[in-house]
Amino acid sequence: MSSTAGPATLPRPRAARRGSVRRRLDRLGDRLLYAICLAAALLAAAVIVVVAYQVVHGAQPAISKFGLGFLTDETWQPNFGEFGAKSLIFGTVVTSFFALLLGAPIAIAIGIFLSMLAPVAVRGVIGPLVEMLAAIPSVILGFWGILVLAPFVHEHVEPFLHSSLGFVPIFGEAETTGASIFTASLILTIMIIPIVASISRDLFLAVPREMQDGASALGATRWEVIRGVVLPSTASGIVAASLLGLGRALGEAIAVAQVIGAGSEIQASLFRTGDTLAARIANQFPGALTELHKASLFYCGVILLVFGILSNVTADWIGRRFGFEGGVLR
Amino acid sequence: MSAGFDPTAPLTPSGNLKRRQLFSRFALVGATAAAVLAVAVLVLVIYAVASRGLSAISLDFIFKAAPDGIGPELVGTGVIVAIATLIAMPIGVLIAIFVTEYAGRRATNAVKLTLDLMNGLPSIIIALFIFGLLVETRGQSGFAAAVALSIIEVPLVARGSQEVLRLVPASQREAADALGVARWRSTMTIVLPAALGGIVTSTVLAVARAAGETAPLIFATSLGNTDRYSLNPFEPLPTVPVRIYELSEEANPAGFTEAWGLSLILISLILFASLGARALLARSKRKMTA
Repeated sequence: MSSTAGPATLPRPRAARRGSVRRRLDRLGDRLLYAICLAAALLAAAVIVVVAYQVVHGAQPAISKFGLGFLTDETWQPNFGEFGAKSLIFGTVVTSFFALLLGAPIAIAIGIFLSMLAPVAVRGVIGPLVEMLAAIPSVILGFWGILVLAPFVHEHVEPFLHSSLGFVPIFGEAETTGASIFTASLILTIMIIPIVASISRDLFLAVPREMQDGASALGATRWEVIRGVVLPSTASGIVAASLLGLGRALGEAIAVAQVIGAGSEIQASLFRTGDTLAARIANQFPGALTELHKASLFYCGVILLVFGILSNVTADWIGRRFGFEGGVLR
Repeated sequence: MSAGFDPTAPLTPSGNLKRRQLFSRFALVGATAAAVLAVAVLVLVIYAVASRGLSAISLDFIFKAAPDGIGPELVGTGVIVAIATLIAMPIGVLIAIFVTEYAGRRATNAVKLTLDLMNGLPSIIIALFIFGLLVETRGQSGFAAAVALSIIEVPLVARGSQEVLRLVPASQREAADALGVARWRSTMTIVLPAALGGIVTSTVLAVARAAGETAPLIFATSLGNTDRYSLNPFEPLPTVPVRIYELSEEANPAGFTEAWGLSLILISLILFASLGARALLARSKRKMTA
């Protein structure tokens, strides 16, 4: 610096020098807080990587023994060391598909009701009640499923569907108990409804009022406003919400394990027992004796993880691609 | 020219319009019915649990150990959830601070995706993970279960806190900046205290969710002794969800009564906690936005 006189070169007053300690402390504090926060965010990312690694690692013996053939093999005989996940993948896909088929329309209808039809006071009551459905622990829902829902389904719903729609192979004869793929789908339906409903309500609330009023002014009925304006403009968000619901349904283990009956065959009828990837893990892992049995269950976990990540990433991608705040799960 | 117009015709819809309005009415009734259906399912489940569980519940049932009561399970669940929350709450809040105070657009998106993925991890996968990480080598413990539950809680706490932190007005941060207050000081003394209520309630929601989680506990702490009290997290602890699961798999009618009683206690704790937290959250959000 040049030695020209001026305010900048005056000796700094004492107060400023005392302040410099504080300033240094502040700089340290700023960096520290930033570092800790960044570390927390990185930790979360690391957890996902470590979870994936741990599951794949546990599956290693089964992966090297069965390879991709695991996915297309139907036998599951722990005593003979033969494992294949085909029937489990089938059960997982079928239960989740039917849960979504039943649940998504109901949930979207609830979203419509909560965002556009109900008076504000009713909204404030029904909205939280629907979300309460998501708060019921799955083990209690499953317990209720075996003792209350399954007998009811077995005695009333299944015979009725069989007698009226029995010509479709999926509605076969009712079995000896109510534990079935159908009952499991119903439980999953109950689980995904609150998720999809609360997201679609938020989506519908965000549709600009002017667009709806415009359609009304052109003579559209209330339903036509919903069908012609609200649903098309939120379609991508609804798909993302359904994918999140699907992810939940695919991965639910406990409640499904309780009501699905742990069957091991691929059948057309929904009223027979079956099993899903997640439920098989929950059912057999604590009692698994051989290394290969455990590894095979871990392999099921790998498949499940791939399904789960795919549905979540797709939902996230749709959210970003179409500019909707995806993944507003609570 | 309006040749066919009859000014005296009644203004009621007819023909096509009538059909459309009828259809609209049907659709709206359907939407209402869907909402009623969902609430009905909730009521059915709660009624079933309450009507069957109430007869099991007594003071002995709540405070005594097996075979009379379920005290140790309640304590075990409490200990595990408390440890899980102690781990998850700071991490979740720090992630939320990172997103709202520091992260740029890309980092925000990355964290959001991470939290979504974490939230989307099926609990059975977390169970497998915790088995491979801790249980396989060190055996079952309440601590292993707590780590698993903390993975479930972190995204919930982070997302909840993030929402409240966003509601703290930017003008407060700017005022602090203008006074020369360092960022970390304003974050710790102005932003966090303003959002504290919301952070606590979203933590309560996360606790309510974790308390009912079953799959990781079956893997991490299913061997707990139900006939004595224990507070030691480094041994397997009995828990409420695992006990319900075991009783439901046993298919022994005498055990069902106990399971209904356990379910009633668990479900009422969870529903009251989450209803209360939701009401408080809505209130504190309204206060902050007003």
